[in-house]
Amino acid sequence: MAETLRLEVVTPSRRVLEGRASEVRIPGVLGELGVLPGHTPLLTSLGTGELKWSEGGTEGRLVVQGGFAEVQPDAVTVLATIAETVDQIDVEAARSALTDAEAALKTASAEEFDALDATVRLAQARIGAAAAR
Amino acid sequence: MPSTRDLTRRIRSVKGTQQITKAMKMVAAAKLRRAQDAVTNARPYADTLSRVLANVADRTEESHPLLERRSGGRIWLVVVSSDKGLCGSFNANLLRQIERDLKKKRWPDAELVVIGRKASDYFRVREFPVVHQERDTMNQLSAADGPRLGAMFMKAFTSGQVDEVWIAYNKFVSVLRQEITIEQLLPIQPPAAESNAEEAGTDYLYEPNAEGLLAALLPAYVETEVQTVLYDSAAAEQASRMTSMGAATKNAGEMIDALTMLYNRTRQAAITKELIEIVSGAQALGD
Repeated sequence: MAETLRLEVVTPSRRVLEGRASEVRIPGVLGELGVLPGHTPLLTSLGTGELKWSEGGTEGRLVVQGGFAEVQPDAVTVLATIAETVDQIDVEAARSALTDAEAALKTASAEEFDALDATVRLAQARIGAAAAR
Repeated sequence: MPSTRDLTRRIRSVKGTQQITKAMKMVAAAKLRRAQDAVTNARPYADTLSRVLANVADRTEESHPLLERRSGGRIWLVVVSSDKGLCGSFNANLLRQIERDLKKKRWPDAELVVIGRKASDYFRVREFPVVHQERDTMNQLSAADGPRLGAMFMKAFTSGQVDEVWIAYNKFVSVLRQEITIEQLLPIQPPAAESNAEEAGTDYLYEPNAEGLLAALLPAYVETEVQTVLYDSAAAEQASRMTSMGAATKNAGEMIDALTMLYNRTRQAAITKELIEIVSGAQALGD
């Protein structure tokens, strides 16, 4: 069994990350998933949130939204629509987006709800990730 | 024989043209680099997606509307050309090939979706039915165009308006080579999985479920395919323009050389003629 996982994060426009990790936490659509080496093959839709991983003593995190994650016993591949590193996050912009979206949510119709909800979650994840830095 | 004045004028004009073609070559080279970057950056996602899809398609029995084969024979043929000209045989070859295929009834009941001004102009004066055209997409290609067009094709396909969608474009092979490619986009033909004896047979765990995942994977796959095609075509266009403008610059250089040679000869001939006149005039006086 492999000691570490090969972790790869790609978005439609570029490869964001390629490295190794001993543990990966994936924000799945049904909640957070912890993955250790030797995990059963699994395929999940991604929700919105922080992708966290640790390797040795170091930890890393990315804010991701949308897409899929494929887990193999020795590898995790994340296909995200959005993937941002912590220093790419504009906290002020996220705050104002959060306020706007939350205000809009109060009057939102059922069709708009999903999109707004995703905006809120993305903004929260961005703020959370930036705060944890 | 042309006068020296005419020749200098022509030389000047060809030099002007050469400067323009040289500048266009340099611009195309810069744009090519950017287009190539877009191709390379988009590749990991496309490759991974197609690998995951291959694995899933291999292991699951689930069906999906986008995989469904129908025998209706109504087809959309998507033609990806360029918006601008002066790129050698880039558009002409593709369009001629498609017209030949259409005339040979490769797709008996095909309607065209044309992307790029060149294809749009070409098919406007011909008898083939065009259902949709885009005249400004290739000039300012963005990452949103693939998903937008992909969604349009999938809607036409799932609504039963068409039974197959094909896409024809210039594939970027290398700077010197572009390859006309005509391939089927819908229904999706799942990419073949790499045979891996160790993993074969072990099914994934799916979250939330296989059906839902397949329903999300397949559209993403189509969108990525379309985006890849657009990026490829854009890179091929710039490569083709760069090559043809390079050739034009070289030809202009040769023409300038030939004209300069002619100019010198004419000038010399004029001088010789004048000398002869003077000498023979002097001789006539001396006699």
